[in-house]
Amino acid sequence: MSVETHDEVHRHPAPTGFIRKYIFSIDHKVIGIQYIVLALAAVLVGMTMSVLMRMNLSWPGTSWPILATLFPAGAPGGVMNPEFYLSLVTMHGTIMVFFVLTTAPQGGFGNYFLPIQIGADDMAFPYLNMLSFWVTLVGFIVILAAIFFSGSPSTIGPIGGWTGYAPLSALGAIAGPGQGMGMNLWIISIAIFCVGSLLGALNFITTLLNMRTRGMSLMRMPLTCWAWFTTAVLALLSFPVLLGAGILLLLDRVAGTSFFIPGGLYVGGLLSGQDARFPLHTGGSPILWQHLFWFFGHPEVYIAILPGMGATSHILATFARKPVFGYRAMVFAIFAIGLLGFFVWGHHMFISGMSPYSAVAFSIITLSIGVPSAVKTFNWLGTLWGGKIRFTTPMLFAIGFVSLFVAGGITGLILGQTSLDLSSHDTYIVLAHFHLVMGVAAIFGMFAGIYFWFPKMFGRMMNERLGQFHFWITFIGVYSIFVPMHVMGLVGMPRRYAQFTEYEFLKSLHPLVVFVSIAAIVTAVVQIVFYFNLVWSIFKGKKAGDNPWEATTLEWTTPSPPPHDNFAGRAPTVYRGPYEYAVPGAANDFLMQTDPEGVVEPAGSEGITGNGHNGHRH
Amino acid sequence: MGRALAVIIWILTFLSVLIFACKKWWFPPSIVNHGPALDRQFMITILVVGFAFTAAQVGLGYMLWKYRDTNTGARAVYTHGSNKLEVLWTVITAAIFVGLAVMGQSVWASLRLNEAPPGSFQVEVVAQQFQWNFHYAGKDVLFGRTDPKLIDDSSLNFLGLDETDPNAKDDSVVTALAVPVNRPVELILRSKDVIHSFWVPQLRFKQDLVPGMAIRVHFTPNTVGKYELACAELCGQLHFKMKSYMLVLPEDEHKALVALPQAEFQARMKELLDKYPLPNY
Repeated sequence: MSVETHDEVHRHPAPTGFIRKYIFSIDHKVIGIQYIVLALAAVLVGMTMSVLMRMNLSWPGTSWPILATLFPAGAPGGVMNPEFYLSLVTMHGTIMVFFVLTTAPQGGFGNYFLPIQIGADDMAFPYLNMLSFWVTLVGFIVILAAIFFSGSPSTIGPIGGWTGYAPLSALGAIAGPGQGMGMNLWIISIAIFCVGSLLGALNFITTLLNMRTRGMSLMRMPLTCWAWFTTAVLALLSFPVLLGAGILLLLDRVAGTSFFIPGGLYVGGLLSGQDARFPLHTGGSPILWQHLFWFFGHPEVYIAILPGMGATSHILATFARKPVFGYRAMVFAIFAIGLLGFFVWGHHMFISGMSPYSAVAFSIITLSIGVPSAVKTFNWLGTLWGGKIRFTTPMLFAIGFVSLFVAGGITGLILGQTSLDLSSHDTYIVLAHFHLVMGVAAIFGMFAGIYFWFPKMFGRMMNERLGQFHFWITFIGVYSIFVPMHVMGLVGMPRRYAQFTEYEFLKSLHPLVVFVSIAAIVTAVVQIVFYFNLVWSIFKGKKAGDNPWEATTLEWTTPSPPPHDNFAGRAPTVYRGPYEYAVPGAANDFLMQTDPEGVVEPAGSEGITGNGHNGHRH
Repeated sequence: MGRALAVIIWILTFLSVLIFACKKWWFPPSIVNHGPALDRQFMITILVVGFAFTAAQVGLGYMLWKYRDTNTGARAVYTHGSNKLEVLWTVITAAIFVGLAVMGQSVWASLRLNEAPPGSFQVEVVAQQFQWNFHYAGKDVLFGRTDPKLIDDSSLNFLGLDETDPNAKDDSVVTALAVPVNRPVELILRSKDVIHSFWVPQLRFKQDLVPGMAIRVHFTPNTVGKYELACAELCGQLHFKMKSYMLVLPEDEHKALVALPQAEFQARMKELLDKYPLPNY
């Protein structure tokens, strides 16, 4: 597309009023920050819930006066009910997966930095962008509403877990506390969230394909952009399936349909069709829900982790002062993960009763997806090799990402095997695996992103000393929390148990359970340091220049914070690949993407594949 | 800083490996014929996992230690990668990962793709919110007809067993599972309400019980004893308490038990549950 049309069609004047500037803003940067703030609020809620769960698991039956005050029905006398515990499980998972892991990496950082990194002045559809944020916010308000209007005073929402397996989720209030109005609100919230994410995905894809500035060929894009793009494609293809499934589930609950409910059920003393509390259902399939849910749910894992991978590659190169090792391989690996991610959902269902033959296929494809993941790890190590590593806080978190991604991902080799899943399924080893890889590693990606891009977003640096303290405790903390959970899984500890007091075979694990809880509480408390650093630095942080990290990509060519249209009316021209560090013969050890050609011709190209280096020439 | 981080990563790696390798927390001993094959597959996998994990973390720490910026003014190595290396590590990991996946299918095939051997002892397992029901066919080895319309929990007809069916006359429905040792067992898994999952850790497998389906699984227990049976799929409020026991009995003791009519079956089951202790955990 020509630059002229792009300017004419797209340019919009900077808003002046407070509301248009900061609330109903169509500026992708403001919207990005709104998404990040939403995620920062949501993660507080989700993390507090996990602390409450750990307290109940390690010290069951203990009376916590604060709980008696806050949740008189959920914790009568301060002792948590099993249904209250399960509603915490459900809401923790839902809030973390949707409103943190999907919201911040893509909606937050992607929104803010994708347009700037490709040299655009905004997203392709600014109003749609605003709409997608506000729709997502409504989704969050509805999920909070489920806490207060769950329909059961002893819960704070449904009790069926974030996967909402039917028919427990489809039967209504007879299936248990929280399964009435709380479940309806849960489905509605997810449905709203799906719509918001779909709008966002369309915008990301269009922006990236159509609005790259002069010289920004695809193979000159930062790896962050590849990650956000692939994530958007995954969201575009997977969220509609969840939206459809959610609508069907809601119909089963309120309109008497039977998509997921088979005939002849007998629940809570009532036969299906016996009276109005349990209308007649016949012919539905509970496994259909699992197929639809996981067809979304597995790509969702990659929606959470891919942006973290992109940020990690970006940050490792910046602080190793080296080009990304194997840029082209990294791009292919992102694609391979995105593509294969659509053909592995059945590994969540090996023991669900689906055909054991399809399990064989799902298992083999699942272990294959480990290959591009390993390729990424090798290339991260390759990026560090021969570098001049600067250990800033964002770099520490990016290194932490690599370590945790390996620790969490590698156990996929166990869980992805049909025969080994027979005993590992639904135990704490699953919990350890996905928390490390899609939870903690993804969150380390976000931390790395915040510490890295904060100077650009607010024009000030975050405090390094506090940042490093935050890193050390969090890094050791998450290992202490999640590694012991693996061996709990080997012993056979099932997930989603409100207490472990009923079984002799779990008794030997009690010391580990307590250890994990203490580690979790310490790690959670230390996050206060991060929040403090964040707020304090906005006002008191050291002033950052345009390019405090001596980085190469377009976001560092514009003032901090960037002006309303990002580049003050002058679309940048790109001359080279994104990670030209340590170029022999150049004046600095980094060449900006906008530095004109002729500044230096990199010498000594033998043995160099040219990946991402000067990119594709027109 | 680089050296400190390297050391921390190495220590965390060492401790992570140690918590597995000390085997203080490990699978309970297997009591089924397919156990050793599964355990072997697990050991091969965990060795690959442990090696890859350790190698990656040690390598990561090494890079941090060796390539920290020491302010010498020298620049980093300028390279964009190596296609040879990319091909090499892609092919090697693909061979190992896919190889593991294919190897793991043999136990799966024997348990899930093959049918139960003829002459297996059959029990119908019917789960409901927070209770396990086990339906034994009795002397005639034929299960009586069941019908959801006849279910009445208040009169203890949990399965909706049709008392008018001649096959139902000698059937028993009790809340614990008793199976014979060294004879193939086939379970027919059903649920009345929501999804549950059958989980005895010593059996090394789980299987969901899905309403609307009758899912068959088979295994051959080889160690007499009493084992805890748990529900492993979230089924509601009291999921964590949905507990029962599985007894693996000597052939004659089992034969005598399952020949008993309902009331005596239940009483004898109680005695046997008291007779056999749980394994030492």
